[in-house]
Amino acid sequence: MTDATTPEGRRRVSVQGVDLGLARRYAKERRLKWLGIAAIAVALGLLALLIADVVLKGYTAFWTTEVRLTVDLAEAELDPDGTRLRADLEDANFRGLVNDALYAMFPAVEDRLERRRLRGLVSGQAARDVQRMVLNDPSLIGTTRDVWVLADTDIDQLWKGNIDRDLPENRRRVNDQVVGWVDQLAAEDRIRSAFAWNLFTNADSRDPQLAGVWGAIVGSFWIIVVTTALAVPIGVASAVYLEEFAPKTRWTDLIEVNINNLAAVPSIVFGLLGLAVFINTMGLPRSAPIVGGLTITLMTLPTVVVATRAALRAVPPSIRWGALGVGASRVQVVSHHVLPLALPGILTGTIIGLAQALGETAPLLMIGMIAFVVDIPDGPMSASTALPVQVYLWASSPERGFTEKTAAAILILLGFLIVMNALAIYLRRRFERNW
Amino acid sequence: MSTLAGKAQLATSTGAAITVFVLLLALAAMVWAGVPLVLVVLAGLGASGFVVGRARAQALADGRPRVLHSLPHFHGWYLALMVFLPAFFVWVALSIAQDPVTRTLVLNGLEERLHGAGALAPSATFSPQATNFYYDEVQRAAHGESLVVERVERVGVLGDAVDRGPLIRQIREDAGRYERLWFIGDGLRLVLPLALAGFAFSFAARRLATDFRARNRVEQWVVYALIAAATISILTTLGIVFAVLFETLRFFGKVPATEFLFGLQWSPQTALRADQVAASGAFGAVPLFVGTILISLIAMLVAGPIGLFSAIFLSEFASSRFRSWAKPLMEILAGVPTIVYGFFAAFTVAPFIRDLGDLVGLDVAAKSALAAGVVMGTMIIPFVSSLADDAISAVPRSLRNASLGLGATRGETMTQVLLPAALPGVIAGFLLAVSRAIVVMAAGLAANLTVNPLQAVTTVTVQIVTLLTGDQEFDSAKTLSAFALGFVLFVATLLLNVLALYIMQKYREKYD
Repeated sequence: MTDATTPEGRRRVSVQGVDLGLARRYAKERRLKWLGIAAIAVALGLLALLIADVVLKGYTAFWTTEVRLTVDLAEAELDPDGTRLRADLEDANFRGLVNDALYAMFPAVEDRLERRRLRGLVSGQAARDVQRMVLNDPSLIGTTRDVWVLADTDIDQLWKGNIDRDLPENRRRVNDQVVGWVDQLAAEDRIRSAFAWNLFTNADSRDPQLAGVWGAIVGSFWIIVVTTALAVPIGVASAVYLEEFAPKTRWTDLIEVNINNLAAVPSIVFGLLGLAVFINTMGLPRSAPIVGGLTITLMTLPTVVVATRAALRAVPPSIRWGALGVGASRVQVVSHHVLPLALPGILTGTIIGLAQALGETAPLLMIGMIAFVVDIPDGPMSASTALPVQVYLWASSPERGFTEKTAAAILILLGFLIVMNALAIYLRRRFERNW
Repeated sequence: MSTLAGKAQLATSTGAAITVFVLLLALAAMVWAGVPLVLVVLAGLGASGFVVGRARAQALADGRPRVLHSLPHFHGWYLALMVFLPAFFVWVALSIAQDPVTRTLVLNGLEERLHGAGALAPSATFSPQATNFYYDEVQRAAHGESLVVERVERVGVLGDAVDRGPLIRQIREDAGRYERLWFIGDGLRLVLPLALAGFAFSFAARRLATDFRARNRVEQWVVYALIAAATISILTTLGIVFAVLFETLRFFGKVPATEFLFGLQWSPQTALRADQVAASGAFGAVPLFVGTILISLIAMLVAGPIGLFSAIFLSEFASSRFRSWAKPLMEILAGVPTIVYGFFAAFTVAPFIRDLGDLVGLDVAAKSALAAGVVMGTMIIPFVSSLADDAISAVPRSLRNASLGLGATRGETMTQVLLPAALPGVIAGFLLAVSRAIVVMAAGLAANLTVNPLQAVTTVTVQIVTLLTGDQEFDSAKTLSAFALGFVLFVATLLLNVLALYIMQKYREKYD
C-alpha cells in the first residue's frame, strides 16, 4: 500500500509543480501580450498626439480677424474731378480714407506716435480692399460705408487669445492702449472672426495675415504634373520590360539590383543630383517646378517600378498562355491583356508613390525652391515654392502668426495626402480581384 | 448589296474626316503650346504616314485580310514610326549640337585674330573666363543688345591687356559670323529632318507588301523603347555616383579627405576676404557623424522595442479584425512627411522635454538630440514593425505547430522558437529602419561634439540643407562640402542596405 501511495503522492506533487509552473508561464505570456498592447497603444497614441497637436496649433489659422470701419467715401477725396475713370480711382488716396476712419473711431487719440499705432490696427491690405470695392462699384463714391477690413497680425493674435493679456506690458507685442482699443472695438461690435480666404488665395508674404498657400499649391501641382508625366510612363515601361520581356542576363540583373538600391537612397541625395545635373550642367532655371519635377521623378521612379512589377506579377500566367495560345504576339499579350488587368494595381502603387513625392521637402530645398515667391507661378518654368517647402519656410519664421500658418499648411498638406491615399485604397477595393 | 457598300464607304469617309479634324486640332494645340514648328510638321507627317500605311495595306489586301502577314494598322504604325523617329532624333541631335558647334567655329583662332586686330597686347593671352565673356558679348551683339564693354570702362575678366576700340570692332565682326552660322544651323535643323522624313516615307512605303512583317518591326521598336526606359535607372545611379563623387573629389582637392573624415571642428564659414581670420573654415565632419548616429540611436531605442513588441502582438496574439485596422493606422506614421515631424519636434516635443528638464533641474538645450531622436523614432515605428512582422510570419508554420504541440505556450513559442528563427530578418529590418532615420531634418544647427542626448547636435542632412540654401558661390569649399556630406550619406545608407541583405541571406535558416 505504501508502495502504491508513494508514486500517487509524488505524482500529486509534480502536478502541483506543473500547475505552479503553468501559472508562471501563463503570467509570462500575459506580460508579453500586454507589452505588445502597450507598444501599439504608444504608437497609436503618438500618432494621435501628432495629429491633435497640429490640429490644435493650426485650426485658428483658418479664421482671421476683421475690423469694421466706417469709411467716408467722399468724392472730394477720391475723385475731385468727377471723372470716375479707373486710372483716377486707382491713384486715389484710399490709405488716407482708412486712416481717417480709424481716427474718427478714436477721436481722443492725437499724439503722433499713438496715431501711428492706431493706423497699425488694420493690415496693409485694408486700403486695397476698400479700393477694390470702389473700383467694382464707383456709384459708392459720395456715400459712407461700413467695411470689414483685415486686422493687423498682432490684433489678430490678440483677438484669438494667442497673446497673453496678463503678461507685463513690456513683454507683450501689443501695449495696454492697443488692448484697450481692441476691447472698445469689441464693445462696439466692430471686430469679428471671419473665414481666412487669404490662406487659400494668396501666395507667400512677409505679413502672416496675408500669407497663403495657393502659390505653394500651384507649385506642388506643377511638380506633380511633371513627375506624373515622366515617372509613370518610364516606370511602367521599365517594369513591363523587366517583368515581361527581359531575358535573364547580367544587364537585366544589374538593372534590378540598381532599382532596389535606388529605392533606398535618401531623398536629399536626389536633390544633390538634381542640383549638379539639371541646374549646374543643363542650366535649367533654379526654383522652377520643372526641375523639382525632374528631381522628384528620379526619386519616385523606383517606387513606381516596384509597384508596377508587383501588379504585373499578380496577373496569373494562365492569362498570358491563353493569349499566346490563340496567336497573340508578346507585345499584344502585354498591351491587350496583362497591362489592362494590372492597371488598378499600377494606379494604386503610383498614387501612393506620388503622395510620397508630394510630401518630399529635402530635394526641393537643394534645387532652390526655398525662394521667397510672392507671385502665383504661372507654369512649370516660373519660380515657385511647394507645399512642404512652404511648411519649412514658415516653420523657420519667428513671428507668432506664422506658427499657426505652419500648422495650417501642414493640415492642408495632410489633407491632400489623405485624399490621394483614400483614392488609392478605393481603387484597390473597387478593382481588386482574386484569381 | 451596293447600298451596304455605299454606307460602309460613307462611314469610312466620315470617320476619316473626323480623324483628320482631331489630328489638325492636336497639331494646332502643339503650335499653341510652343512646340517648334518642325516637330509639329514631323508629327503631322508621322500621322499621315499612319493613315497612308494602313490604307496601302488595306488596298494590298483587297478585301481579303488573311493574305496580309500583319494587320493593316501595323503597316500604318510602321510607316509612322519610320517617318517620325529618325527625323526626330536627328532634330534633337542637331539642336543639342548647334550651340557648341557654333561656339567652336566662332571662337576658332580667336587669340591670333585679337592680336592681329590689335585688340590684345601682343604677348598677352586670353583666359577661359575671358573667352566665355567674349562669346557672351558676341551673342549680345548678335541679338542687338548693348555690349558690356561699351558700358563699362574696365572688365575684370579681360584684364588690362585689351584695347576696347578694336575689341568692340572684333566682337561686332564675330557677331556677324555668329549670325550666319546660327542661320545655317537653323536651316539644317529645318531641312535635314524634313528631308530624312520624306526619304524614309518613300523608302518605307515601298516596302509594304502582303507578306511584309510590319508587326514584328513595330514590336521591335516597342521593346527598344522599353529597354531605354529600364536603362534610365542605371543612368540615375551613374548620375548620382558621378555628379556627387565628382564634386566630392573637387572638395577633397580643397580640403584633405582625412581632415573631413576625422576632423573634430565643423564651421564651414568661408570668409569673404582671403585675409580674414579663420578664412578657410573648418570642415571636420565628426561632430555631424556623431550627432547623426546619436539621434539614430535614440530613434532606434524608441522604435525598436515599440516596433518589435507591436509586431509580436500583431502576428501572434491579435485577432485578424484588430490587425486589419491597427496595422494601417500604424502605417500612417510612415506616410506623414518628414517636415511634419520636424515641426512636431521643434514646436512641441523639444519645448516639452526642456520644460520637463527644468522641472527636475536638468539643463536641456532648446533643440535637444533627445527630441529629434524620439520624433524620428516615432516615424520609423511602422518600418520596424512591419519588417519584423514579415520576418516572424516567414517562419514556417510547422515550427510553430511543433512547439505548441510540445506544450509550449504561445508566448514561449514566440520568444524561444519564432523570434530566434526570425532574428536575421528582424535585425535586417532594424538596419533598414536606421537607414531611414539617419536622414533627420528635425535636429538643430549647432555642431557640438557630444553624446549627451540633452544637448543640441546637428546632423548630416541638416548641414547639407543649410550649406545649400543660403547664398552660394558654386566653387567654394563650403558648397562642395555639401556634396561630400551627401556622398557619405549615400554610401552609409547603401552599406546599411547591403548589410541588411547580407544578414538576411547569410543567417536565414533554410527549412526545406
